[in-house]
Amino acid sequence: MKTLEPITPDLLQQHGLSAQEYERIVAVLHREPNLTELGIFSVMWSEHCSYKSSKIHLRKLPTRGPQVLQGPGENAGVVDLGYGLAAVFKIESHNHPSFIEPYQGAATGVGGIIRDIFTMGARPIALMNSLHFGPLEKPRNRILMEGVVAGIAGYGNCIGIPTVGGEIYFAEVYSQNPIVNVFCLGVAKKDRIFYGRAHGVGNAVIYAGAKTGRDGIHGATMASAEFGEESQQKRPNVQVGDPFLEKLLLEACLEAMKTGAVVGIQDMGAAGLTCSTCEMGSRAGTGIEMDLAKVPQREERMTPYELMLSESQERMLLVADRGRERDVLGIFEKWGLDAVPIGRVTDDGVLRVCRGNRLEAEIPNRALVEEAPLYDRPARRPAYLDALPSGPLPSVPTTDDLQGIFQRLLSSGNLASRRWVFQQYDHMVRTNTLSLPGSDAAVVRIKGTPSALAMTLDGNPRYVYLDPREGTRIAVAESCRNLVCSGARPLAATNCLNFASPENPEVMWQFVQAVEGLAEACALFETPITGGNVSFYNETLGRGIYPTPVVGMIGLLEDERTCTTAGFKKPGDAVVLLGETREELGGSEYLAAIQKCLLGPAPRLDLERERAVQATCLEAIREGLVRSAHDCSEGGLAIALAECSLISGLGASLQLLESVRPDALLFGESQSRIVISTGQPERVLEIAGRQGVPGRILGQVRDSVFEIRDFIRMDVSAMKEIWEDGLAKYFRVS
Amino acid sequence: MRAKVYVTPKQGVLDPQGLTIQKALYTLGYDRVGSVRQGKYFEIQLQNQLTDEEARQLVDKIAHDVLTNPIIEDYRFEVER
Amino acid sequence: MTRFGVVVFPGSNCDHDTYHVLKHVLEQQTEFLWHNERDLKDSDVVVLPGGFAYGDYLRTGAIAKFAPIMQAVRRHAAEGGLVLGICNGFQVLQEAGLLPGAMLRNKGLKFVCKFVDIRVESSRTPFTNQCQRGQVLSIPIAHNEGNFYADPRTLGELQDQGQIIFRYCDNPNGAVDDIAGVCNREGNVLGLMPHPERASDAALGSADGLLIFRSLIFAAAVLPA
Repeated sequence: MKTLEPITPDLLQQHGLSAQEYERIVAVLHREPNLTELGIFSVMWSEHCSYKSSKIHLRKLPTRGPQVLQGPGENAGVVDLGYGLAAVFKIESHNHPSFIEPYQGAATGVGGIIRDIFTMGARPIALMNSLHFGPLEKPRNRILMEGVVAGIAGYGNCIGIPTVGGEIYFAEVYSQNPIVNVFCLGVAKKDRIFYGRAHGVGNAVIYAGAKTGRDGIHGATMASAEFGEESQQKRPNVQVGDPFLEKLLLEACLEAMKTGAVVGIQDMGAAGLTCSTCEMGSRAGTGIEMDLAKVPQREERMTPYELMLSESQERMLLVADRGRERDVLGIFEKWGLDAVPIGRVTDDGVLRVCRGNRLEAEIPNRALVEEAPLYDRPARRPAYLDALPSGPLPSVPTTDDLQGIFQRLLSSGNLASRRWVFQQYDHMVRTNTLSLPGSDAAVVRIKGTPSALAMTLDGNPRYVYLDPREGTRIAVAESCRNLVCSGARPLAATNCLNFASPENPEVMWQFVQAVEGLAEACALFETPITGGNVSFYNETLGRGIYPTPVVGMIGLLEDERTCTTAGFKKPGDAVVLLGETREELGGSEYLAAIQKCLLGPAPRLDLERERAVQATCLEAIREGLVRSAHDCSEGGLAIALAECSLISGLGASLQLLESVRPDALLFGESQSRIVISTGQPERVLEIAGRQGVPGRILGQVRDSVFEIRDFIRMDVSAMKEIWEDGLAKYFRVS
Repeated sequence: MRAKVYVTPKQGVLDPQGLTIQKALYTLGYDRVGSVRQGKYFEIQLQNQLTDEEARQLVDKIAHDVLTNPIIEDYRFEVER
Repeated sequence: MTRFGVVVFPGSNCDHDTYHVLKHVLEQQTEFLWHNERDLKDSDVVVLPGGFAYGDYLRTGAIAKFAPIMQAVRRHAAEGGLVLGICNGFQVLQEAGLLPGAMLRNKGLKFVCKFVDIRVESSRTPFTNQCQRGQVLSIPIAHNEGNFYADPRTLGELQDQGQIIFRYCDNPNGAVDDIAGVCNREGNVLGLMPHPERASDAALGSADGLLIFRSLIFAAAVLPA
């Protein structure tokens, strides 16, 4: 093949390829690539598609278990639910696009993760998201958050998949680099799972969905002077989502799968047509031959380079049985969608791209996927860790005005009510949502079975910054704890690892520690990792984010009636604390929001104790003893107890007796604690005793006054006003 | 041949988006603006062989029947070659 | 047994929820009615469900009113047949001229999803005969354009003719006169912004919505065929 454009160092740099990587390309091709091929390599060998800096570490994660039907490597993980059903779920990041264009960035993130789920043959039933922004005092952060939330709402509400939960976290490090991670869960028939594999030589390769435009093609490349003359417009375009089109695509794909003519299917996400074709071929050990002239196009005079690299949304690639193409095409026609055969599966393992009679690219699939570079990047313990104060409790001024601090915490960004956000999301469509947003985990019933699924997203970047391994272990423990508080048994996990540049050894050290902590905790809780996403380079002007692993966990309630929520239910019930409060303040919200300092160490986690506390809670729920259960996390025991009151409107009269200094007693974030309300405290304590878990009655649920004796006494309605206004006050439309 | 159609909220119908933008403008220091109304703008390509009169009738019908809800919206349009 | 038809437009997304309540909770004969069809399959009651028909990109309900099935719905309504539009279905019925008024964007400019209380203003309708006048129902809303608007003359007529069937107890969207649901002058077509199909199971927080569906079943049974 003729190379039309000279491959210059400048061009390589714009494609994010190193000189060594280029040599490797020449070696696997046995020749120089042309520009289209260079573009294809650059996206497939990018960090985003190849996981080249993370892959060797991700191998440490536990990925197997009797419940796991499909682990990492496919579009999403698959877990057995019983009744012939399977849960299909995954999380992905859309950080950078959301920073550039908050509404469309977040919306297309939601659209992408939904496609990852229905491409496996699953009906998506729930969405969640994990959002991290800079403090709302800055107008720029408010604009970002408002746009991201609106984008998530705009897409999810329109397509009719409920957004049932998630987390929102604020810290200054996210001002220049917000985090937008989106999670989707679907349910499929266990024996009708579809994979992204191009099996069957001679089978048709079908393009379906939106037309291809110049959306999201790598900006630097587009601006390149050497770029083909055919290209009219050189400015990169922001990807724009079309949830209505995706709704039709979703229904059409699920219907097409029922014909039995679909052999394999994959969505066109990052690196669009390139990634879907070579990955499907690579997984099946086949090749794909296609004609770009047949690809439906939205813009004129698009080059092969642009067609292969476009990230236009709402597109799918299907492989259909030879001779049964009409069955598939007819269904897309019914839904008013473009669907065109663009090529065939071949036996030579080569991705062969033509336009009409002209060969535009010819690359072995293996070279793009399996033979992508892998790096064991140097890692070094960060210097900041040695500067952290050691010892059990950092010296901060103690203060007497604990009620005042309590009120300030109630309205602080990380603890205030999320109502302003979740009211914008349709969280009830599909009529399965058993626990409304704001409880520990989201719970959706599975119609046609007695069971329900619980799900949660968790992470505490401050803990991870202070101790990457311990902080990530805590994220896993807290995810499981949230599920258990909802009455679910944790089943399996997914994860989104958001970090700064892997080329910085200190960041790489954080990453490796976090992965190892994740592996250790997931192994202990028997919650295998079934997939996920790594997002590196979350930094602007050399300032990185906190290491931000987000753990997504799903759990099963065999009986949906055991679904338990956080709010108190009945005056007179006893309030019981499972677990114990230690004198720990490191990494707490209290230190960050009130004392304005970040001091270590992060709270310690005893995995065995954690497991015992969770076992106690789950057994008590299944015995029907528990009226409410709530995990004790950010903000400490005082905030956890207050939340039980705020959600329900009921008060409580409580007394804390531990001999721990008062601010740590109220606001310290010791792990492995759960607050339960129950009509039968003796029986709960008996289970705790048997599990070796400290348990104590703190007091009683009351009508309207919330009181922690000697420290705090307030009307719940007054508390609620402060709490509800914490976020809403920044977004008031007067 | 091309038509430009402008759809605006009817006078007297509350326009919450326009009001919000107006308030925002004041907040940003643009205190010499009056009321703001937010509408929609459509560009419609037409077949060139249409006469001006045919084009105007066609666009008027599209704007009236499809592009606006006469209970809350008004429209006007231009046709250009 | 009452025969229900649930209209499916491209972009409808509460069609299956509505179907589920009618078919599996209330055990009525229920069929989907595809937008391209012209046949109501002998439905006694036609329900236009919530969602984003045609993406709601132009205006809510603006394109859906042209769907072939809407001709059949118009005929059904003209013959006195029962029609219920929920949320987006309400908007479609307004656009189609079967119900008065139009929906503006919510006063707060945001999509709002939450449980609200609505008051039954008349129990003498096919949609509320199982309710008491003044009864308060807890039913969720989920919309961006639920701010009911009618010019003062139309509003006066609605009030005088007793066509306002539901009012919000605490207005969530700026709707004029707190209107959550209105019927046509003949009383056989109702539009309702809250979603009764989401309040048809106590496990989901409320079963008040069943009162509306049960009213329809009762009305269809006594209505002359």
